[in-house]
Amino acid sequence: MSIRHHLTDPLLMAYAAGELPEAFNLVVATHVSLCDECRARLASFEAVGGAMLETEDVAAMSEDSLALCMDRISGLSQATARRPLKRAGILPAPLADYVGGGIGKVKWRNLGMGVKQAILPTGKDASARLLYIPGGQAVPDHGHRGLELTLVLQGAFRDETDRFGPGDIEIADEAMQHTPVAEEGEVCICLAATDAPLKFNAIIPRLAQPFLRI
Amino acid sequence: MMFEARQAEKTDAPFSSQQYAAKDQKVSRRKEGSAVQADQVETDWAALVLRVRDHQDRAAFAALFRHFAPRVKAFLMKSGADATLAEECAQDVMATLWQKAHLFDPSRASVATWVFTIARNRRIDALRKARRPEPEELPWGPEPEPDQAEVLEAQQDTERLGAALAQLPEKQRALIERAFYGDLSHSEIAAETGLPLGTIKSRIRLALERLRQQMS
Ligand SMILES: [Zn+2]
Repeated sequence: MSIRHHLTDPLLMAYAAGELPEAFNLVVATHVSLCDECRARLASFEAVGGAMLETEDVAAMSEDSLALCMDRISGLSQATARRPLKRAGILPAPLADYVGGGIGKVKWRNLGMGVKQAILPTGKDASARLLYIPGGQAVPDHGHRGLELTLVLQGAFRDETDRFGPGDIEIADEAMQHTPVAEEGEVCICLAATDAPLKFNAIIPRLAQPFLRI
Repeated sequence: MMFEARQAEKTDAPFSSQQYAAKDQKVSRRKEGSAVQADQVETDWAALVLRVRDHQDRAAFAALFRHFAPRVKAFLMKSGADATLAEECAQDVMATLWQKAHLFDPSRASVATWVFTIARNRRIDALRKARRPEPEELPWGPEPEPDQAEVLEAQQDTERLGAALAQLPEKQRALIERAFYGDLSHSEIAAETGLPLGTIKSRIRLALERLRQQMS
């Protein structure tokens, strides 16, 4: 997988600091699962957290805290077997976890023109969904009223600026005006997240336009 | 720190807890002097975590607790937890360290960095009640006998970063701290930290390349 479009430093730092909404966390975790470059950059931001902790002022623990903790660990087993989450086909582990399996488990909802979406269960401060876009169809968006991350899992899409293939992430904000379209060929499947409220009527009119022209 | 010796005596550890405690106190004294820890007396925290992992060494755990718990507590308080919650969560973080010692890979990250990630996750649970999906784990470790040169590098990375943080202009350092204390929204986080992150990135990148070669 030759990834050309990566996460930004602010997104990686916010993820390292634990300050992203859940839907964005999911996109970052999914991209990092596919991208060693961003995994290494993420590790460097986590090291900043470590350095801060090390140089941190200390807040004295209460006198009995160590004894309490010692009692507590006496009853704790040290988990020995790790059960890492598994990748499922084109879905990296963190995404497969949300879907409950592979792409076959996704409960798609038709948006018209063969385009489908499935909203994933995340916290309300941002939303995440999977998109299924046949070749030649426009990628549904929300007019970018916030920050929108779109990660390609299969196939590719193009906009006026570039091509986005598997593993690539497009980061769009309010200022960006563009019309991404899925490439002919393999169906394009993306994970998209936005911190603007999901408005279905913002998606439907654009897709309905070809019908109206008939 | 006054109660340290007493606490240490309560643990019936097979290993000398006094030995760890003494080293730990040296580090603390230097911190109190508020000097940048250029000539810091090293405690091999990674070795202590491995003792916890391999021997359930309670004295090693106590030394880790005395060093890291007060830092985790301070971190959580600066992140908006009150003292009671921060203390509870710091205890949870240290108990997690005990339980998950087998997941620590000292050739990838320093103990401080690892503890930070545990504390961060605990904070997300406790303060934000949010879920944080994690990247896919790689089948790369931790190995029973980590490469000592790599372990040292990971530790030195953290020390270098700490020194670099201390040398940043106050304003810039404050921005980074606020980001890590959850005081900035993601859209307010600045891209340029002014920190030497390139060496850390390169080190991890190389390790990943080696891993990919072994896997293919
Ligand atoms: Zn990347």
